[in-house]
Amino acid sequence: MLELKNISYLVEDEGLGDKKEIIKNVNLTIEDGFVAITGPNGGGKSTLAKLIAGIISPTSGQILFNGEDITNLSITERSKKGITFAFQQPVRFKGLTVKDLITIASGKNITINEACGYLSEVGLCAKEYIDREVNASLSGGELKRIEIAMAIARKTPLTIFDEPEAGIDLWSFQNLIHVFENIHEHAGGSIIIISHQERILNIADRIVVIADGEIREHGTRDEVLPKLLSQAAPSPALGDESDTALGCPTLLDKIKK
Amino acid sequence: MAELTAIQKSLLENIADLHEVPTGAYNIRSDGGMLGRNTTANIDIVTKTDKPGIDIIIKPGTKNQSVHIPVLITQTGLKEMVYNEFFIGEDCDVVIVAGCGIHNAGDEGSEHSGIHTFHVGKNSKVKYVEKHYGTGEGTGERVMNPSTEIYMEEGSHLEMETIQIEGINSTERKTYARVEDGASIVIKEKIMTHDNQVATTDFKAELVGADSSADICSRSVAKNHSKQTFRSNIIGSNACKGHSECDAIIMDEAIVEAIPELTAANIDASLIHEAAIGKIAGEQLIKLMTLGLTESEAEEQIINGFLK
Repeated sequence: MLELKNISYLVEDEGLGDKKEIIKNVNLTIEDGFVAITGPNGGGKSTLAKLIAGIISPTSGQILFNGEDITNLSITERSKKGITFAFQQPVRFKGLTVKDLITIASGKNITINEACGYLSEVGLCAKEYIDREVNASLSGGELKRIEIAMAIARKTPLTIFDEPEAGIDLWSFQNLIHVFENIHEHAGGSIIIISHQERILNIADRIVVIADGEIREHGTRDEVLPKLLSQAAPSPALGDESDTALGCPTLLDKIKK
Repeated sequence: MAELTAIQKSLLENIADLHEVPTGAYNIRSDGGMLGRNTTANIDIVTKTDKPGIDIIIKPGTKNQSVHIPVLITQTGLKEMVYNEFFIGEDCDVVIVAGCGIHNAGDEGSEHSGIHTFHVGKNSKVKYVEKHYGTGEGTGERVMNPSTEIYMEEGSHLEMETIQIEGINSTERKTYARVEDGASIVIKEKIMTHDNQVATTDFKAELVGADSSADICSRSVAKNHSKQTFRSNIIGSNACKGHSECDAIIMDEAIVEAIPELTAANIDASLIHEAAIGKIAGEQLIKLMTLGLTESEAEEQIINGFLK
């Protein structure tokens, strides 16, 4: 279980010398299960994920993971405690192969077959990819799937996916849900999914809405989703079942204060 | 052949991935003398009479054979200059593994300078691997200055891999290639320098033939106070394609210079140079740290992958 207590995050606005509050005194308890975090662009979702993973440190407040204060722990230490973060924009590495990264993610020497298994789970033909370098020769969608495969290889009690569906056009949506279920089955704990997609929200146990650095809604799917849908104007993304609609600006961007 | 000592074995393993005496043709030079030699029906090795070094003569049509000519130095203060010449007949397909390992346990400098000349016959295919490695607890410098001259006849192809990962205090590498009609050369260089090491590489390729090509790719890592200089010059005087690329990771207080030159003397010469020097990207470190590595472990993985 993850608890954020009075978390604030300020950055200097270089142009004006002002301080801008990206996260404003957030109190949030993430229970076990699937938790979707949604809200407009620039609302603070990814910042919150980075604060949890330790990539940035809060200006004030406290982060507890399974009751332990991890506010001052490094990225590496949090990772070892069981926090995984799948980036919105995966990183490229000249020279490191898909197998190298999946091996590092799994934390032990794994066989080619095991590594291939993780790739198959994200819909990549393992043999074609296992020895590929994770460099500019891979497309954004391929990188995204490899990023998710690394999260599967880790199977930690807390996994954060930052817009996992973005850029993955032709991969069946069911597969992605299967990945979440699989990680949850093996590791228990929480899976946090940052997403704009109604279909992701539909599988969440709980939904958190963040806008302007503040929590606007937090509750079960049945409590929160109907409100979101009624606030939103009709959108082409709504009800469109084709996967190519994933990643389009959606109704949730239109939520006003 | 004389028994190899433990130090000689370790050097051989590092420069040629050899655990034992190689199969096929070989010539092992150690501390200025010949430690062992084997020739085959197609590959002859002859000691030069006018200067130190050997001629390696490969008969036309020789396929899928290899020659190993490692050089080992374990004696502190030894300085040598060696001339090796390769005569590769037409229609061959061979692998040549050279390389030099210095173990310097003393306080005097050890130095190996080698001039390798390749005559690559028509339509022959050559893979040439050269690894340099230095070790030893002494304070004596380990210096290597390899020069390579490559003359490529019509339709031939040569791929050269040069690797220097550790322990060489100072190196000056010069490589020259003259490429005739339809011939192509690929050069891949990997260098890592640390402490106060200095490494200079200087590639020059003259594309004189129609449809000739050269592809030079250098990846390097400069740590601590080391200094690297990369020079490349591709001269295209016919319809040809030339590409050079220098990609360097800079760390600590190191200095990396990249000086590319391209000269096109024909309207159909197409020449490209790319150079990039920068530190390890912060996001790469962060990604590996989220996978449980410490910052220094992440750095090591990134460098090892980059130079793989």
